[in-house]
Amino acid sequence: MSAATAWTVASIQAALRAKKVSAREITTEFYANIDRRNPGINAYLTLSRERAFAQADRVDVATACGEKLGPLAGVPIAVKDVISTAGVRTTCGSKILETYVPPYDATAVARLEKAGAVILGKTNCDEFAMGSSNENSAYGPVRNPVAMDRVPGGSSGGSAAAVAAGMAVAALGTDTGGSIRQPGACCGVPAMMPTYGRVSRYGLIAFASSLDRIGPFATNIADTAAIMSVIAGHDENDATSAAVPSPDYAAGIEHAVQGLRIGVPDEYFGAGIDGQVKEKVLAGIALLEKLGCKRVPLKMPHTEYAIATYYIVATAEASSNLARYDGVRYGLRVPGATLIDMYRKTRERGFGAEVKRRLMLGTYALSSGYYDAYYLRAQKVRALIARDFSEAFQKVDAIVTPTAPTPAFKLGEKTADPLQMYLADIYTVTGSLAGIPGISVPCGITNEKLPIAMQILGPHFSESRVLQLARAFEKAGGFTI
Amino acid sequence: MTISREDVLRVAELAQLELTPEEVELYRGQLDEILNYIGKLQKPDVTNVEPMTQMSFGGAEASASSGASSGGPDSDLREDKLRPCNIADAVLEQAPDAAKPFFRVPKVIER
Repeated sequence: MSAATAWTVASIQAALRAKKVSAREITTEFYANIDRRNPGINAYLTLSRERAFAQADRVDVATACGEKLGPLAGVPIAVKDVISTAGVRTTCGSKILETYVPPYDATAVARLEKAGAVILGKTNCDEFAMGSSNENSAYGPVRNPVAMDRVPGGSSGGSAAAVAAGMAVAALGTDTGGSIRQPGACCGVPAMMPTYGRVSRYGLIAFASSLDRIGPFATNIADTAAIMSVIAGHDENDATSAAVPSPDYAAGIEHAVQGLRIGVPDEYFGAGIDGQVKEKVLAGIALLEKLGCKRVPLKMPHTEYAIATYYIVATAEASSNLARYDGVRYGLRVPGATLIDMYRKTRERGFGAEVKRRLMLGTYALSSGYYDAYYLRAQKVRALIARDFSEAFQKVDAIVTPTAPTPAFKLGEKTADPLQMYLADIYTVTGSLAGIPGISVPCGITNEKLPIAMQILGPHFSESRVLQLARAFEKAGGFTI
Repeated sequence: MTISREDVLRVAELAQLELTPEEVELYRGQLDEILNYIGKLQKPDVTNVEPMTQMSFGGAEASASSGASSGGPDSDLREDKLRPCNIADAVLEQAPDAAKPFFRVPKVIER
């Protein structure tokens, strides 16, 4: 891997308890690494040094006083810049929020800090999380630490790159159509999208409300599970957050996977997949079989409609959600002669090309005369895609597919062709539309040493099982097949 | 061709975007290509399929792993109770132009 940190949640806890290192020293070490590597990679947009050191000092005082430490005490974590942080600038990768400082913390951030985590800063991303390469950020692209001429994936490219380059132990990203899993795949780190409703969206600045989810990046499965255990759970500030108990994911990850039925859908290995990706993912599935899992071939006939469905549903919701950026309450205002003139000038200058493209597409799909043909139709096809999954999960315990059809592509390679860029999410949008959890785990590298990843999907609220499979795979050496 | 120059201008107006002439031409071509691709949604049979309008999980139905919902009243919503929320000042701090307790905007009504 590309100089990811050797620190883990567990090793930090042990070192703090043994008083071998202080949280302040660990924080200092990570900022030194950020100062060294971030100028080239551009993973962080804003550093929250003051807040981070204040938190580190709280952890050190607690340690000195012999108090019980939280499960993430002293763990340096990066947060994607679409997730609100009180007093720390949150731009969504957009010029329209260049100076926006949220007055409150997202629930996920508040829970991390309550558990002792140290928030290092805010990570770069595609503007309003719209993109698959991080090239749609108004603050410049992120470079893939594994291969600096390649994209880190998107939209949570900064979070993936920060973890892969040792600039954080873990990070929060958001996933709407693949924006956690695909950059995780591109940068060679585990990346998890929880079930819709599992992690509160309170304080997550909305892109597509029926799809958006917050989830973790880490260097290993135990850390992924540790973060999940902290951020998961019902929150009364998010009406869509599920009132179901969240198990201690970290405690259960060593559970045996023998006998689990693994579905392998034909549709994810057809035209468009890179030969080396296919080979490694199939090798990954063979490894799971060696661990005692049973491989079950599947047909998921509506897979081919997923990208089209996604780009109607997501853009329609975005056109509604992003109507709030009008120059009145926060962010950029460009003066105009009338109120409407001010709205239009503000949005024209504040939004980048991809955001405008998607707002136009979404507005078109919702407009009079086209609603039935596009939006309503897409919602029905979405139900068919979700049904493919619920039927599959009658027969299997989990589904394994590639995360992305190709390894990380070159910067600039797809920027001129939006449709080609959208197809980078072909294997991830399905799980997004169905609301199910999934994790992307590394499963080897190409001849050019680019990371390849496979995706493990499970039924709603089956994060424990998904993590157990990922852990068994990791333990058996699957990450470096 | 699915989308015309006039369509682009109409949609831009609805989306409150003031596009440059170059943007109008660029988006016309790109939206046309994307909508042609999206045309494949007309193919699957959706007879008697309820549209999936939101994700919704109740405590009981969650374990049954069927998260699709066609909407409707949600019994999981918390009670609609008033709570103190003294954040007006913090919110107005972020406004480009505020005269507490108001946001100031260009004149809307001519008289």
